[in-house]
Amino acid sequence: MGEMEQMKKEAEALKTQIEAARKAAHDTDMASAASGVAPAPRVQLKTRRTLKGHLAKIYAMHWCTDNRLMVSASQDGKLLIWDSHTGNKVNAVPLKSSWVMTCAYAPSGNLVASGGLDNMCTVYNLKTPVIKTVKELDAHTGYLSCARFLSDTEVLTASGDTTCALWDLETGKQKTVFLNHVGDCMCLSLSPDMNSFVSGACDSLAKLWDIRDGQCKQTFLGHTSDINAISFYPGGNAIITGSDDCTCKMYDLRADQELITYQDAALNSGVTSLALSMSGRLIFAGYDDFNCNIWDSLKGEKVGVLSGHDNRVSCTGVPPDGMCVCTGSWDSFLKIWN
Amino acid sequence: MSSNSNLTSMRRTVEQLKLEASVDRIKVSQAAADLQQYCLQNASKDALLVGVPAGSNPFREPRSCALL
Repeated sequence: MGEMEQMKKEAEALKTQIEAARKAAHDTDMASAASGVAPAPRVQLKTRRTLKGHLAKIYAMHWCTDNRLMVSASQDGKLLIWDSHTGNKVNAVPLKSSWVMTCAYAPSGNLVASGGLDNMCTVYNLKTPVIKTVKELDAHTGYLSCARFLSDTEVLTASGDTTCALWDLETGKQKTVFLNHVGDCMCLSLSPDMNSFVSGACDSLAKLWDIRDGQCKQTFLGHTSDINAISFYPGGNAIITGSDDCTCKMYDLRADQELITYQDAALNSGVTSLALSMSGRLIFAGYDDFNCNIWDSLKGEKVGVLSGHDNRVSCTGVPPDGMCVCTGSWDSFLKIWN
Repeated sequence: MSSNSNLTSMRRTVEQLKLEASVDRIKVSQAAADLQQYCLQNASKDALLVGVPAGSNPFREPRSCALL
């Protein structure tokens, strides 16, 4: 038998081994385990702010760690920084390329980043008298779907070139490239302890990566289409994914498998975005059908809906203090709810 | 594509699978219990779950109406 044939057999054997090990750990399912938990209350949130200012579809938004400022990105070619309490625009950053797909706020509040079909991640300093471009991170060979700051000196990116990368903002170069997906990387989420991150891709897989050694540690199967959204559960032991297959899923990192699928026969639109309430109990998932559905993460039941946008909900975000949820839409508006 | 790079790629796939197979897994019942505990312990602080009293809601200020 040639080496190739031998290795193919070995790969199949390993896949079977992994599946068997996961099954062996599957001594119950999440919904049964949660049968003793009191149902979440019916969640009825009101729109507290409608942020008007973008002139085209909004593709991304991200909260600042101060729980008040947020950045949004639109294909009108601008990043807008908003004061969510007053509803006022604090800053506008004109983009070189209007085909933006992601934006991010640095934990310090000093920097923001954007990226998209220009294949680059551009970092801006908000604290200089005039907003300045700090760096253009240029090495990906595909679109930039997601960017997140670890600090003022390190940025993580996910790209349509199927890789994720860790960048040094001082040199503008990639420190680590995370290689393993076989489809466009669409989203990423940093672990609470910042030692790892998870990515979701068009290969319908979610992967857990060690930031420092660059290795893929675990791969989560189950979705049957592109994973567009991903988020760590607040405690750091689980992740939630949202997909074009119209479902969200929870995967536990220590059990190394899917625990629950959030789905409804009436829902046949893809999931575009998701955010978790600060206890993790509620999942806010944005769909192509213009709604944001609210799921009880433990019981798998739908407990509410945020209706009000006139087009696809493209992004959702909950600030660190969990005081509200923001939805952004192709209708060019952002709404704040609580 | 040369057969050499196919072979290299396959070797990498096998190494990756070996790494993923070697993960220590806990039982789902344990994982579920820990997740539930986290949620329930933090539930009272979760404004979107339990609500925010109007007075301390930064997104809701008392509005005054001026009748002109």
